[in-house]
Amino acid sequence: MLHVGMTHFLILAAILFVIGIMGIFINRKNIIVILMSLELMLLAVNINMVTFSVYLHDLGGQIFTFFILTVAAAEVAIGLAILTVFFRNRGSVETDDVNTMKG
Amino acid sequence: MFAIMLCIAGLGVITAKNPMYCVLFLIFAFFNTAGLFILMGAEFLGLLLIMVYVGAVAVMFLFVIMTININFAVLKEGFTPYLPLAGIVSLVLLIEVIAAASSGLFGGGMNIGVPAEEGVSNIVLLGTVLFTNYVLPFQMAGLILLIAMVGAIILTHRQRKDVKKQNIPEQISRKVEDCIEIVKVKTGKGIK
Repeated sequence: MLHVGMTHFLILAAILFVIGIMGIFINRKNIIVILMSLELMLLAVNINMVTFSVYLHDLGGQIFTFFILTVAAAEVAIGLAILTVFFRNRGSVETDDVNTMKG
Repeated sequence: MFAIMLCIAGLGVITAKNPMYCVLFLIFAFFNTAGLFILMGAEFLGLLLIMVYVGAVAVMFLFVIMTININFAVLKEGFTPYLPLAGIVSLVLLIEVIAAASSGLFGGGMNIGVPAEEGVSNIVLLGTVLFTNYVLPFQMAGLILLIAMVGAIILTHRQRKDVKKQNIPEQISRKVEDCIEIVKVKTGKGIK
């Protein structure tokens, strides 16, 4: 059986984070999927935090995971609220349509 | 196994054609992460992840996707042009981060930790630290949630014209003189 070390968790978090970034790049038109990619990146950060917390026997990391979770929930709530308002005004959720402020 | 499933789910989130499947993959990813957390010994955070993300965030995503009906086929047009750029950026970043993580700097020799104190559960420890050393951040987290709630409600609230509602300030500020008129009625004549 393979010994699972801290490094493996860090690599997993890195892969997940990169998947999130890739999601933002290749789904540039769809705001909903961009928000979901953001969630994936926050999840990767959480995995990092918990890994360090567990392996270094320090609860601070888990506490901060807790706060990251809070902020992520708040961010999604606001983001989706903005999305709903935008859809009501414009009838679409494409990023290319967000150009009212453009000179 | 959880890790492999997590990566598959992550890829599913960003490549699925239908946003509904994206959300379902996202839920799958959250469950896998929760499993990892529980295996690592952070039971409370694992359960919290399921509750907060699957219970609240993912349901909110689903709700919004169902509420706004969009033509999602159009949204997928810009899929390929950015793919090379995305590949390059992601590959470079992945190599860098993995190199940093496996550089041996983060003492790989340490064993997976059951928390040092035996017989005390993770939740008790976490609560003890959270409510003593981190009271102020905890309360600020509550404040952030409150602000987010108020903000979301204000953003999405709208006044509808076609609904009859009670206008309380108007009711209160009505004066007697505006509403009734006292008329002396003369005998044999009506009121105009």
